[in-house]
Amino acid sequence: MKIFSYRNSINSNRKWALFAAYGCLILFVIFFLFPPYYMLITSLKSNKEIAEITSNPWLIKQGLTLEHYKYLFNETPFLTFFKNTIIVTIAVVVISMVISVLAAYSLSRLKFWGSGVLATGIFLTYLVPDTLLFIPLFKIVGWLGLLNSYWVLVLVYPTLSVPFCTWLMIGYFSSIPKEIDEAALIDGANHMQMLLKVFVPVAMPGLIAATIFAFTVSWAGFLYPLAFIYSESEMVLTVGTVTTLIKGDVFHWGGLMAGALLAAAPPVIVYAFLMDYYIAGLTSGATKG
Amino acid sequence: MAEVNIKNLHKVFDRTEAVRGIDLSIQDNEFVILVGPSGCGKSTVLRMIAGLEEVTKGEIYIGNNLVNDIPPKDRDIAMVFQSYALYPHMTVFENMSFGLRLRKFSKEEIKKRVEEAAKVLGISELLKRRPRQLSGGQRQRVAMGRAIVRNPKVFLFDEPLSNLDAKMRGQMRIEIKRVHQHLKTTTVYVTHDQVEAMTLADRVVVMKDGKIEQIGTPDEIYNFPKTGFVAGFIGSPAMNFIPSKIEKNGNGLSVYVNDDLSFPIEKKKEVDLKGFLGKEVLLGIRPENINEKNDKESIKTKVKIDIVEPLGMETMVYFSINKVQLCGKVSPDNDLRDGTIIPLYFSKDSFHIIDPLTDKVL
Repeated sequence: MKIFSYRNSINSNRKWALFAAYGCLILFVIFFLFPPYYMLITSLKSNKEIAEITSNPWLIKQGLTLEHYKYLFNETPFLTFFKNTIIVTIAVVVISMVISVLAAYSLSRLKFWGSGVLATGIFLTYLVPDTLLFIPLFKIVGWLGLLNSYWVLVLVYPTLSVPFCTWLMIGYFSSIPKEIDEAALIDGANHMQMLLKVFVPVAMPGLIAATIFAFTVSWAGFLYPLAFIYSESEMVLTVGTVTTLIKGDVFHWGGLMAGALLAAAPPVIVYAFLMDYYIAGLTSGATKG
Repeated sequence: MAEVNIKNLHKVFDRTEAVRGIDLSIQDNEFVILVGPSGCGKSTVLRMIAGLEEVTKGEIYIGNNLVNDIPPKDRDIAMVFQSYALYPHMTVFENMSFGLRLRKFSKEEIKKRVEEAAKVLGISELLKRRPRQLSGGQRQRVAMGRAIVRNPKVFLFDEPLSNLDAKMRGQMRIEIKRVHQHLKTTTVYVTHDQVEAMTLADRVVVMKDGKIEQIGTPDEIYNFPKTGFVAGFIGSPAMNFIPSKIEKNGNGLSVYVNDDLSFPIEKKKEVDLKGFLGKEVLLGIRPENINEKNDKESIKTKVKIDIVEPLGMETMVYFSINKVQLCGKVSPDNDLRDGTIIPLYFSKDSFHIIDPLTDKVL
């Protein structure tokens, strides 16, 4: 009898926990999906409906239109922005990952003099906000002759992404048991082979997290392109969309929303694709576990 | 196949001396086990042979080569770790062949060697699995397989069975012995488990505090320990040590415990023990030499049993003499209870006399 009542109390507890969990999740989802929903709705409305004070902002009442998308592709250099952003992002991700994986390996495994201090120092540099850095960086990139070229972003974004990615990868590499290196060492691997054939595959979830971070930094960066680039042909999506679709005090809302929606699509696709690789427990079974 | 020679080996870690002058020659094909309590430096010695720790002082030779400054991969050794240290992202086949692939062996040769080793270890069906899909025993077999395929001069085992449960440990012990009989590769094996040391080794090296206490065959170590430490460390349950005195007994000498228990000393040993006359010594006697069998070679004494520990095949009994707890081994046929008073027989010729000051067996 006692057992039954105990079970019942577990069940009712569980029921309430589930209610609460679903309630919170639904609120969370509504809160975070509202902006993309609003972007989508607005981008499909006619200018007239957007401007009407009496129209319902949540619904399309006067018919769908693709005019904003057509405008975006035909009348603005949106595709150039897109191409520039892709080039910058790929370059930044590759550079960040190469530097931070090598740095993290050496900082976590090749115990050299000052490696501990250096590891902390790298993370501290990440804490300096880019709003503080862009003025001195402006001088530096100006001196390098890179102003008003998207290659400047390839140079400056890693200053944000490398410290964080390195710090993240140090954590992952440090969790790999020391015996695995020793086994690889005895098996005949040199440091490069150990890194590429053992560390990188084993720390894949960390590598993907770092990649996503570097991707986000360069895809969504706003301040640096705003400060360093002023020609339309060199612009990236974030700043380009805003500067071409806000003319003085005229906001081209439909185009802005269409541009923002399209610009947000690649991150969503990348996240959805890479999330599958976040396989927890990949390292289990390596040692006694 | 090679010999391993270690000369005056030292290792200092940040001022603590882990290994303090070890000399050891390991013959070709020999299975040598380093055994000792944790912190005695046995793993450090093994890791120095592997090249995973730098040698502070001394020399290590594998075959005829001085290997002090040779990196692990060029020492032609293979090592099996306590934690298995398998590569988690590789299949069993890839794990076993990793070393061969790095050494650019041909695909056919790799396949042949891995399959052969897998057959020896009985893991042929597991080649496509990943480590996380294997049990502890299977993982340890894979780790051994990875060592075997390389066909190295020397195998190094660092407490390979410590993570397994008792039953699996027993099975793997037999497996390791079988593999060694089959391959005959020189093997250095570290363990703190004296059962492994006794059952596997050609020779056992007992270590304590960074030094070698005794080197010998399992039989020598068990029956003729040179120090009280070795006598107490090897054997389970451990040897009993009873404080006693060397006294005159008619023409000869004897070890006096109490009025009931006095052990006559053999004539040939008397010369060595003359100097100890009247002095305190420790009498060491193994539990199996204290039993309920009455024969001419034993001394009878009545004891009150404190604790009875039936183990099935035999029964351990614990009792006190001179306020020291002792252990005896009796047949399970005796229906014993805690508190029973029974006569026990101490063997007259299987005891050791230990100098408590130097810990030497006299």
